[in-house]
Amino acid sequence: MIPKVPITVTVNGRTYEREVPPRLHLADFLREDLHLTGTHVGCEHGICGACTILLNGDSVRSCLTFAVQANGAEITTVEGLGTPDDLSPLQQAFREHHALQCGFCTPGMLMSTIDLMQKGTPATEEAVRGALSGNLCRCTGYENIVRAVLAAMEAAGPEGKAAEGTENEAGANG
Amino acid sequence: MKPPPFTYVAATSVAEAVAALAAHDGEAKVIAGGQSLVPMLNFRLLAPAALVDINGIRELDFVDATADGGLRIGALTRHYTLLTSPDVAERFPVLGEAMRHVAHLAIRNRGTIGGSLSHADPAAELPMMVTLLDATLTVAGPGGERQLAAADFFDGALTTVLAEDELLTTITLPPLPQPHGWGFHEFAQRAGDFALAAAAVVLTADDGAAANVRLAVMGVDENPSRIAAAEAALVGQPVSDDTIAAAAAAVREAVDPPEDLHGSATYRRHLVGGLVERAIRDAWARATGNAGGAA
Ligand SMILES: Cc1cc2nc3c(=O)[nH]c(=O)nc-3n(C[C@H](O)[C@H](O)[C@H](O)COP(=O)(O)OP(=O)(O)OC[C@H]3O[C@@H](n4cnc5c(N)ncnc54)[C@H](O)[C@@H]3O)c2cc1C
Ligand code: FES
Ligand code: FES
Repeated sequence: MIPKVPITVTVNGRTYEREVPPRLHLADFLREDLHLTGTHVGCEHGICGACTILLNGDSVRSCLTFAVQANGAEITTVEGLGTPDDLSPLQQAFREHHALQCGFCTPGMLMSTIDLMQKGTPATEEAVRGALSGNLCRCTGYENIVRAVLAAMEAAGPEGKAAEGTENEAGANG
Repeated sequence: MKPPPFTYVAATSVAEAVAALAAHDGEAKVIAGGQSLVPMLNFRLLAPAALVDINGIRELDFVDATADGGLRIGALTRHYTLLTSPDVAERFPVLGEAMRHVAHLAIRNRGTIGGSLSHADPAAELPMMVTLLDATLTVAGPGGERQLAAADFFDGALTTVLAEDELLTTITLPPLPQPHGWGFHEFAQRAGDFALAAAAVVLTADDGAAANVRLAVMGVDENPSRIAAAEAALVGQPVSDDTIAAAAAAVREAVDPPEDLHGSATYRRHLVGGLVERAIRDAWARATGNAGGAA
């Protein structure tokens, strides 16, 4: 038997200490050990983007990262954005633009969008489509996702920052 | 699927990583970004006894501008760092452009140059770039370091000459003539996907004639390669429709493309010639200061 490894991780501001087998994906750790099932697992090889989370602020695929590798890290998952009663501006934009149907891809779309906004992706349709090409959606046809992201970007202003934590009207040009 | 069990070693220095690899007698694998390795583990195409994690070796994550006008790049440098590096943009704009075609943001945040080169995918941009740019690769093993020319590093699809207890540590790019013109064209089915084929060209315009020509292609053979006959077709005269056609013909002649459900060998051979033509036109336009129209 391969011994478990102790890790300490901070997820959405809360610190957890756990012991994990080395082969446990970060995605499975979040879902099964911490019961944070907002992070979805579609393909387990990096293609679909449903498992995207923020690791020390950068978007990563949690199916291609092991929980042991996250020892000492700060993680943000979709549960760290808003709550059903108090959606984050980006979540609100998704809602107003009907950017989800079944919702399977949505957590990954949101986490990817936060990173593409903080990294200064221009608020153009072409740039947004390019930047979201690593996230697959089987329902929407992408049109409304692109609209929601563009609206959130415009609301967040030219800095492109503050996808979260601003009080802007995310859906102004719906 | 879930990966097979392995033990986990977090290395904090090159010496520690090499020692851990050697201690496992060929049964251990390095994990860098994990963006190619972990899919293979999840598919159970690999079952290493141990993973040696090099993400803690901070001294392998750097881009240094060297005094001669080249760059030294640490093996753990992320794709995103190369994509956004001002030194890369200034000294090797062709590399900066190539990085725009590597995967997606979340993959670029983790994936590393050392991992991409060691993985040696026939349709990957970085192996093509180190081939085009005549890089020297520094490798550390139990007996010390050795230096390899990029052209000698790749040994077939998904294969390199790295021994099981060796670690790629540094990529050294010798300077390009400045100013120079460059072109890069790739065709992939979706943004961020692996390419069906790509072509890259670097050249200078000396008294109106093409000189210092380098031309590389990928996706159309087991490894990326420079095509000497195509380079020769351009050198010593102004670039014209005729020399471009001759270079493209030389590339189509030289390559041996794979065949799969995304395209026949005939299609890929045709495609790469077209990409070569565009890359030459862009490079020449930039070298002669007429880059206005070149994308
Ligand atoms: C959805 C998706 C799309 C992608 N699209 C592209 C693309 O368009 N173009 C492209 O080029 N790549 C693409 N990739 C692959 C990506 O670029 C990987 O980052 C890269 O191939 C491997 O780098 P890594 O650091 O993740 O290496 P890892 O996955 O950690 O390792 C890969 C291999 O290299 C070995 N290794 C790693 N580092 C070293 C080292 N320093 N010394 C010795 N051996 C080492 C490992 O043991 C392993 O065998 C894509 C990946 C995904 C998941
Ligand atoms: S589950 Fe991770 S990318 Fe699909
Ligand atoms: S809303 Fe169903 S997959 Fe995107």
